[in-house]
Amino acid sequence: MSVRIEARLKVNYAEFALDVDLDLPGRGVTALYGHSGSGKTTCLRCIAGLEKAADGYIRVNGEVWQDSANHVFLPPHKRPLGYVFQEASLFPHLDVEGNLRFGLKRIAEGDRRITLQQATSLLGIDHLLSRAPDKLSGGERQRVGIARALLTSPRLLLMDEPLAALDAQRKSEILPYLERLHDELDIPLIYVSHAQDEVARLADHLVLLSDGKALASGPIGETLARLDLPLAMGDDAGVVIEGSVLAYDAAYQLITVQLPRSQLSIRVSHSALAPGKPLRFKVQARDVSLSLQPDAQSSILNRLPVTVIEEIAADNTAHVLVRLDADGSPLLARITRYSRDQLQLAAGQRLWAQIKSVALLA
Amino acid sequence: MLPGSADLAAIWLTLKLASLTTVILLIVGTPIALWLSRTRSWLKGPIGAVVALPLVLPPTVIGFYLLLLLGPNGAMGQLTQSLGLGTLTFSFTGLVIGSVLYSLPFVVQPLQNAFAAIGPRPLEVAATLRAGPWDTFFSVILPLARPGFITGAILGFAHTVGEFGVVLMIGGNIPEKTRVVSTQIYNHVESMEYAQAHWLAGAMLVFSFVVLLALYSSGKARSAWSGA
Repeated sequence: MSVRIEARLKVNYAEFALDVDLDLPGRGVTALYGHSGSGKTTCLRCIAGLEKAADGYIRVNGEVWQDSANHVFLPPHKRPLGYVFQEASLFPHLDVEGNLRFGLKRIAEGDRRITLQQATSLLGIDHLLSRAPDKLSGGERQRVGIARALLTSPRLLLMDEPLAALDAQRKSEILPYLERLHDELDIPLIYVSHAQDEVARLADHLVLLSDGKALASGPIGETLARLDLPLAMGDDAGVVIEGSVLAYDAAYQLITVQLPRSQLSIRVSHSALAPGKPLRFKVQARDVSLSLQPDAQSSILNRLPVTVIEEIAADNTAHVLVRLDADGSPLLARITRYSRDQLQLAAGQRLWAQIKSVALLA
Repeated sequence: MLPGSADLAAIWLTLKLASLTTVILLIVGTPIALWLSRTRSWLKGPIGAVVALPLVLPPTVIGFYLLLLLGPNGAMGQLTQSLGLGTLTFSFTGLVIGSVLYSLPFVVQPLQNAFAAIGPRPLEVAATLRAGPWDTFFSVILPLARPGFITGAILGFAHTVGEFGVVLMIGGNIPEKTRVVSTQIYNHVESMEYAQAHWLAGAMLVFSFVVLLALYSSGKARSAWSGA
C-alpha cells in the first residue's frame, strides 16, 4: 500500500477554475498555501467530497475516493477523514461532550484509535465537556472542533484555515496543540492557510496555489527557498530550516542549533532544550547580509560560510534576492543592488552570510 | 342556554380534524419545506407560489376546485370510485384533504424558514463526522429546526380549526361527519339561536387568542415564522 495522497482535480465554475495534479506524502503536514481565491479551500473540499470535482481522481493511501472516469464517488460520510472548518461549526444543540461523541459513536468500536479521554487531554478541553458551544471562547471552540474530528479516527485530517478566524493571542494558544498533533499522532494532515508563519511552523510539505493551479509542491525547506516562486517576493521571504539542538550555554542562555547534515550551527537565545531535539527556525531574507570577510568585529552572532547559487530581482528595483547554499541548507539574502555591485556577486562565489535574527518556530 | 350534544360533537370533530390535518401536514410539509429551502431549481418559484396560494385565495375557490376534483366526475373521484371507495366529497376524509391543502403554507413556511436558517454548514459537518443523509436529518436538522416545527404545528392546527369556506364547499354540513365548530356557529345563527352561537364563538375567540399569545410570547417560535 503506497503511503501517498494523490489528487487530480478539475473544477470549472463560472468565475473560477481549478486544475491541479497533486502527489502528496501520506504522512506529516502538507500545507496548501496561497492567497484567497487561489483554490486551496476548493481543493480541500473536493478531497473531502463536500464538493464534487467534475473531473477528479482522489486516492488516499491506496484507497480510491473518487475516480470520475469510472464513475466512482464516495460521499463524504463514507470517507475516513476528519475535517476542521474555519469556524469551529460546533452543533449548537449539543454540549461539548455531545459534539465530541457525535463522530465517535458513529465509528465501530474496533476501528477507534483514540479515546474521548485522549482527545480531550491532547487538546486541553477536559474541563469543558458539559459546556454549551456558545459559552466557549473562539480558541476553545476550535480545539473542540479539532478533537471532534480526531475522534472519528480519521486516516486523513483536513483543516481549512482553522486559525484564520482567531486573533493573534488565540492563534498562539492553538498552535502548540497543532504541533502536538503533528508530533504525537500518525495522521497525515492537509492544512489550508494563507498565513506564512503558520505554514513555516507546521508544514513539512508545501503546495503553493495560485489562480487554481499548483505552482510548486515539495518539502518546505526547498520550496520556500525557491526564487522562481512568488513566495520569494515581499517582505516575508525567507527560509525554514529544521536543525537539531547541539548544546546549551547556560552562562549566556544561548542554544546552539546544528544545521541538518552539516557541521555548521547557529546560536540563538532560548531556554535550555535537550540536545538532539529537532528544532525548526526561520531566517528571513531581509535579516541576512553578505560580507567578503568573516567580520568578527560586530555584534552579529551568526556568521555562516555560504556559496552564491543565483540572484533575481526583488519586488522593487533597489533590491535583489540572492539564493545561497550553507553546506546543504538553503538561505535567502535580500540586499541592495548597490551592495551587489560593490561585492561583485557571481554564482559560485564563496562569502559570509551574517544573520541578524533567527526566529525559532516552536 | 348551554351548548348541546350537537355542539360538543362539532367541537370533537373539529379537534379530530385539526389534529389529523396537523400530523399529515408535518409529514407532508417537511420534505416540501426541505426541498424549497435547499433547491436551486427554477421550479422553486412556481412550487413556492403554489404552496402559498391558500394564503390569498378565497376558501370558496379552493373548495370549488376540490369539489370538482374529488366529485364523481373529477380525476380523484374517478380514481376513488374505481377503487371502490366512493367519492370523498361530503365525507370526513374529503375534509382532511381540503384542510391539508388549505393549511399547507402555515406549516411549510415556518419549516422552510427554519431549515434555511440552519444553512449548509451543520450538514457538511455531520457528513464529515460520518452521518449519512437520514442520520443527519434526525440528529441535526430535526433538533435545530424544532422552533419551526412547533410554530408550524401550532399555526397549522389553529388555522384548520378556523376554516369555514372550504368545509362548507366540500364537506357540507352533515352532523358528526363534516359539521365542525365554524359551520355549527353558522347553523345557530341561521336558526336565530344566538345564545348557542355565543358559546361556540366565544370559545373560538378564546382559543385563538391563547394560541397566538403562546406563539408570540415564545421568541424562538416567532422568529421561525417571520423568518427573522
